[in-house]
Amino acid sequence: MIRTAVVIALIAVGVFFLIVGTVGLLRLPNVYNRMHATSKPTTLGTAAIFLAGFVAFGPGKEGLTSLLGIVFLFLTVPTGAHMIARSAERIGVPFLGSVTWPDESAVRSDRSDEDDD
Amino acid sequence: MSEVPVLLETTLRVALVIVSALCVCCSYRVIRGPTDPDRVVALDAIATNVVAIAVLFAIQTGRGLFITVSLVLAIIGFIATVAVAKFVIDGEVIE
Repeated sequence: MIRTAVVIALIAVGVFFLIVGTVGLLRLPNVYNRMHATSKPTTLGTAAIFLAGFVAFGPGKEGLTSLLGIVFLFLTVPTGAHMIARSAERIGVPFLGSVTWPDESAVRSDRSDEDDD
Repeated sequence: MSEVPVLLETTLRVALVIVSALCVCCSYRVIRGPTDPDRVVALDAIATNVVAIAVLFAIQTGRGLFITVSLVLAIIGFIATVAVAKFVIDGEVIE
């Protein structure tokens, strides 16, 4: 009874966060803003649904795989978003408005180092 | 006691329909996206949604195997994202 209620609540939270992420992906104006909108809410939503799987299956059998999935998502989704952001900046997608890098010289030295490689 | 599994079943079906519709909405950004990183971001979002669909399907059918399927899908989505991000920069994945 309580387990079913917890599963339903976690699924509702997860679906809500997935909807938020997709609305942000469709509505926001820039690649970087869209990435900000998809990576965090989608991670949270899928983690909530994984937690629902953990509660539904119990810690004995497949629930541990669900916890492993949560850890894996929290490791990989920021990494993937970081790589997409770096490649977007590298191919010259412009920033929105007055957004700049914090320190331009650091970016330039980073680029020249990679050119040396 | 017999009402609650019905409610869970309904919730799972509604959640599956909603997340599938979200995948279709993300495909708008894949097709229409102005730049290539937009498409990569949208494909990453679709991959994460498909992971959620696999977990929901596992809960609905009671087969724990699909949790493992979702984990494998997450791994494949991450590798695809990293590979396409490198491809957008360099024009090649393995140097």
